[in-house]
Amino acid sequence: MSVLVYTESDQGKFKKVAFEVASYAKAVADQLGTTVTAITINATNISELGNYGVDKVLNVSNPQLDVFNAKGYAEAIQQAAEKEAAKVIIVSSSANSKYLAPLLAVGLNAGYASNVIEAPSSTEPFTVKRTAFTNKAFEMTAINTDTKIVGVSNNSFGLVEKSGSASAEDFSPSISDLAVKVESVDKASNQVSIADAEIVVSGGRGLKGPENWGMIEELASVLGAATACSKPVSDLGWRPHSEHVGQTGKPVASNLYIAIGISGAIQHLAGINASKVKVVINTDPEAPFFKAADYGVVGDAFTVVPQLIEKLKAFKAQQ
Amino acid sequence: MKILVCISHVPDTTSKINFTEGDTKFDTNGVQFVINPNDEFGLTRAMWFKEKQGAQVTVINVGGPETEPTLRKALAIGADGAIRVNTPATDGFSVAKQLAHVAKDGGYDLVIAGRESIDYNGGMVPGMIAGLTNANFVNNCINLEIEGNAATAIREIDGGKETLSTSLPLVIGGQKGLVEESDLRIPNMRGIMMARQKPLTVLDPVDSANETASVKFEKPAAKGAVKLVAPDNLDELVSLLHNEAKVI
Ligand SMILES: Cc1cc2nc3c(=O)[nH]c(=O)nc-3n(C[C@H](O)[C@H](O)[C@H](O)COP(=O)(O)OP(=O)(O)OC[C@H]3O[C@@H](n4cnc5c(N)ncnc54)[C@H](O)[C@@H]3O)c2cc1C
Repeated sequence: MSVLVYTESDQGKFKKVAFEVASYAKAVADQLGTTVTAITINATNISELGNYGVDKVLNVSNPQLDVFNAKGYAEAIQQAAEKEAAKVIIVSSSANSKYLAPLLAVGLNAGYASNVIEAPSSTEPFTVKRTAFTNKAFEMTAINTDTKIVGVSNNSFGLVEKSGSASAEDFSPSISDLAVKVESVDKASNQVSIADAEIVVSGGRGLKGPENWGMIEELASVLGAATACSKPVSDLGWRPHSEHVGQTGKPVASNLYIAIGISGAIQHLAGINASKVKVVINTDPEAPFFKAADYGVVGDAFTVVPQLIEKLKAFKAQQ
Repeated sequence: MKILVCISHVPDTTSKINFTEGDTKFDTNGVQFVINPNDEFGLTRAMWFKEKQGAQVTVINVGGPETEPTLRKALAIGADGAIRVNTPATDGFSVAKQLAHVAKDGGYDLVIAGRESIDYNGGMVPGMIAGLTNANFVNNCINLEIEGNAATAIREIDGGKETLSTSLPLVIGGQKGLVEESDLRIPNMRGIMMARQKPLTVLDPVDSANETASVKFEKPAAKGAVKLVAPDNLDELVSLLHNEAKVI
């Protein structure tokens, strides 16, 4: 009856979201008066999970699952849920978890609530708060099935450290033939992704052209941030589509979002509003972004950004 | 090849989001409804398969009669036929069950859905259709090619993309990239006229219980005023971000 949590890893190392979903699972387990079991797939350093409230780890080592496969991973998690008789399963909002969760829901005949931002407000009926209408509203959703899947929004619940330790057990689920095969992966290993970034630096049409992105990249590199852009910037081909954020692009839920030369159209704001602190740099004091931001600079990006880079470098050097 | 394109009928992206009946229902008053943007990219890709590879394209929506103008728009863009499953779309899983039933019954080779709809953002319908029909599944699909029974797809992953090979029957959760923004089509007069002659079949729903229920909605709390920092005083911005916001 324990709460099962899928703790994701990348090349063996736990992702930060793994600790966040473990923390969330611990909160749910406390509400239900039960324990937390984590399932890991080809992860190392399993003992780290004990620091976030996990009591037991089901540790899968299977070369067939070396590269992510939604169906194969969903099968492994489903069998772990069945073994543990888990009634609540927690996953993250990473692209991979959002890919596998609906398959898992069908396998377990479980109701699934995605983009959940808080621990359940009630466990009977099991009710969670999630974002809807792309951050323009919240929805309280009751999951009525016997087995329930909760997808936790990235960077919403945070990490809650516990002093504890997790026991580990090898687990060998049977995986069927996988008919979706990965032929190649194209991923910049030295860059933070928008999904995982704590800080995102984003540029809009106010930057005039792709040749001016040097300062955006430099600012991002000083802050250890990911780079993003508004929709027209990607439609114009100034930046790749993978950087397009907003209602029809990627969602952003970073700690800090810096918008440079972005007007703050409703579709843009919807996608980035889950970020905790927003800074806008724009020449036009009437730009709607100023209404959504916490801090603002009315000024020309071409003078403000280079100066900000220097100030931040000096600040970082002092730290 | 028979393609089924799932069309979610959603409020236009500029809509003000309000609720009625004690914050339990979305207020459709004055709201303009459109084809869900992720679905529109998928529909446009389906048009390419129709024109270049002779595919037959059916669009489908689970919803009440009020969604028919959205389906007619999809017909005007070029779909051959439309299906409406006559039941309100209240929960992702039950919608997926309706769609899966039609996909299986109709022998569709490819089901194109959007990675999520911009109203409830559930992000579960395409994967659930795949699970329920035992089809292969690619989510966050930004490129799709089909040759005979074989499919090659590109999926966006966190921080990059990956190329996948698989086969039909296939379900994808699509998004921008399947086609470019500039490829999207605005229905012309001829398309609109032709759409009126095309079949729009209304089907009764299959039995299905709701797995989740929307209990109540809330709007985000009003935001405080922005703190302005002078462009020649950026030390203050750095200090605010460090000491006050504690984000650097
Ligand atoms: C269906 C639909 C979906 C959409 N989805 C999205 C989405 O997901 N994401 C998204 O971003 N948009 C989306 N949009 C587009 C959105 O409506 C806006 O058009 C877009 O966000 C504007 O991008 P921008 O702010 O970069 O450009 P603009 O609106 O052109 O703004 C540029 C800003 O730069 C400022 N500026 C100019 N020069 C300087 C300078 N030297 N220094 C500082 N500032 C300067 C200007 O004052 C202006 O505010 C969508 C639109 C539709 C219809």
